[in-house]
Amino acid sequence: MSENLLEVKDLEVIYKTDQKTVHAINRIGFTLQRGETLGIVGETGAGKTTTGLSILRLLPERTGHVVGGSIIFDGTDLMKLSEEEMRSSIRGERISMIFQDPMTSLNPVMTVGEQIAEAIIYHSESDKSSSEVEARVDEVLEMVGIPAFRKKDYPHQFSGGMKQRVVIAMALACEPELLIADEPTTALDVTIQAQVLAMISELRDRLGTAMIMITNDLGIIAQICDQVAVMYAGQLVETGTLEDIFVKKEHHPYTVGLFGAIPNLNEETDRLSPIDGLMPELLKLPKGCFFAERCPHCMEICKSVPPKAHVNGTHRITCHLFTSKDE
Amino acid sequence: MVKYVIKRLLLLIPILIGVAFIIFAIMEMTPGDPAVRILGHEASVEALEEMREELGLNKPFLERFFNYLYNIFTKLDFGKSYRTRKPVFDDILARVPVSIKVAFLGMVFATIMGLPMGVYSAVKQYSPMDNFLRISSTILVAMPTFWLAMLLILVFALYLGWFPSGGVASWKSYVLPTITIGFPYGSKILRMTRSTMLESIRQDYVRTAKSKGVPNNKVIYQHALKNALLPVVTTIGSSFGQILGGSVIAESVFSLPGLGSLIVLSIKAKDTPCVLASVLLLAFFFAIIMLVVDLVYAFIDPRIKAKYI
Repeated sequence: MSENLLEVKDLEVIYKTDQKTVHAINRIGFTLQRGETLGIVGETGAGKTTTGLSILRLLPERTGHVVGGSIIFDGTDLMKLSEEEMRSSIRGERISMIFQDPMTSLNPVMTVGEQIAEAIIYHSESDKSSSEVEARVDEVLEMVGIPAFRKKDYPHQFSGGMKQRVVIAMALACEPELLIADEPTTALDVTIQAQVLAMISELRDRLGTAMIMITNDLGIIAQICDQVAVMYAGQLVETGTLEDIFVKKEHHPYTVGLFGAIPNLNEETDRLSPIDGLMPELLKLPKGCFFAERCPHCMEICKSVPPKAHVNGTHRITCHLFTSKDE
Repeated sequence: MVKYVIKRLLLLIPILIGVAFIIFAIMEMTPGDPAVRILGHEASVEALEEMREELGLNKPFLERFFNYLYNIFTKLDFGKSYRTRKPVFDDILARVPVSIKVAFLGMVFATIMGLPMGVYSAVKQYSPMDNFLRISSTILVAMPTFWLAMLLILVFALYLGWFPSGGVASWKSYVLPTITIGFPYGSKILRMTRSTMLESIRQDYVRTAKSKGVPNNKVIYQHALKNALLPVVTTIGSSFGQILGGSVIAESVFSLPGLGSLIVLSIKAKDTPCVLASVLLLAFFFAIIMLVVDLVYAFIDPRIKAKYI
């Protein structure tokens, strides 16, 4: 168990069009061990989904480019695999992904059974006969709580929560070692959210799958994650165990802001307390700390020098507030 | 589904009556006297009057129109051609097979050319081949039919002598008309396929399919193309209907005895019964083709099928 299942080092991703270049991910690194769950939290546009897509090498072909860093999965650098190797032995087989919106992530003109079967058919040990494939489709559908006879139905005949279950069944059909869940519950009603989330974590425990849970909901993080990474403007500003983030006192000002933005049920307030300002446009990166403009504790040094990480055991905070004390 | 088809077929009746009324009115407004056309300018006034009486031209417009409909509904009688003095369908039915053959072959050619090239163009967007296909399809759409037809005749009939320049003697006669009609419509299909494919390959479900490890060509042909097909099928269907009666130019350049040239001939001769019957037949074909297109929709997209039941 000592070896890391996934190791992302200095990953840098840009989106490049004729007019502009967006620095979506700026040198992030994290590791994930087998069976562990990492939660990546951050506001919209922080680069969470891009991180997930980079791991599967599914960035938009013409615009998205990984310009630096490596993604080591079980000892192999995914960046160095050929497209065909990625397809046949990684995607869907060892790493799979659940996308945000179940309404659009299923093909409307194919039955759900056919779509699940695809995940099974196109993989290396797929010398399965068609009846075996069908049996497996039934099995995974039952696993996510959908009666097997509904495999002949089309996506429009399912509700949103049911569709997300189908998507999950598809992702888990080959029992991958790593599951990337990209805001799997954002598009669902609150009641369904809880159901789907409970099901995901139950299946994860049963299959022993490692998971990256991408979300902007700290509640989800608290429920199911072991490790937490707080992402801001394409950087990980704070990483640590669940305890580091939720219990310890020292935090990156952005993390403090995120927690502060959750309404407190025990106090009576008229307004929510959001973090002021907007995330910087990632066209031209700021010289110093990316959060400087919005930070309530901003110092002179923050505007000109990029902060280094302050490490305390498993807890990493990339902020001048703490590194200046280190020295 | 059967109920839907019957409903659509019944709907055809008012549509065709409407078409008949419009053509009847337009023919009424065009100048010229059928009696003069038949008997010639030297005919005596009495003979002309007699002829008008015989053709029923002296009765008011609406009465004639309702008589026309009455004869169709009771006796399936579409009248006699003023020109040939024979039942109109004698002439029309002799020409329909030629028109259908040309239109069908042209559309098959256009589809075989347009669909795969459109898919290729979309998948390899902005590649040199895509640029070439886009430019050449624009040129082909814009190219006048008669000019393309004459070029083809010049090269393949006159210089190379591979195909005859006209007539319907053998299968070879259909090659050049097929190409003439196929190219512009094929370009239209190419452009339509390209744009709908570009849209569908950016959809989330395509990304989902890739994330499952589905091979690229399967992603394109099974996931993306099937979703991109609906507008393309419409284009193919409506083009087919258009060519059936609208390929007058190709018909006259290649001297094909088709429906289009019959209609033009009849209009010039103010042969109202013949024009009416031909246009009604075309309208009927067109409506049937569009019905087939709608049924193909249901076959492609289960969401549409669900609405028909």
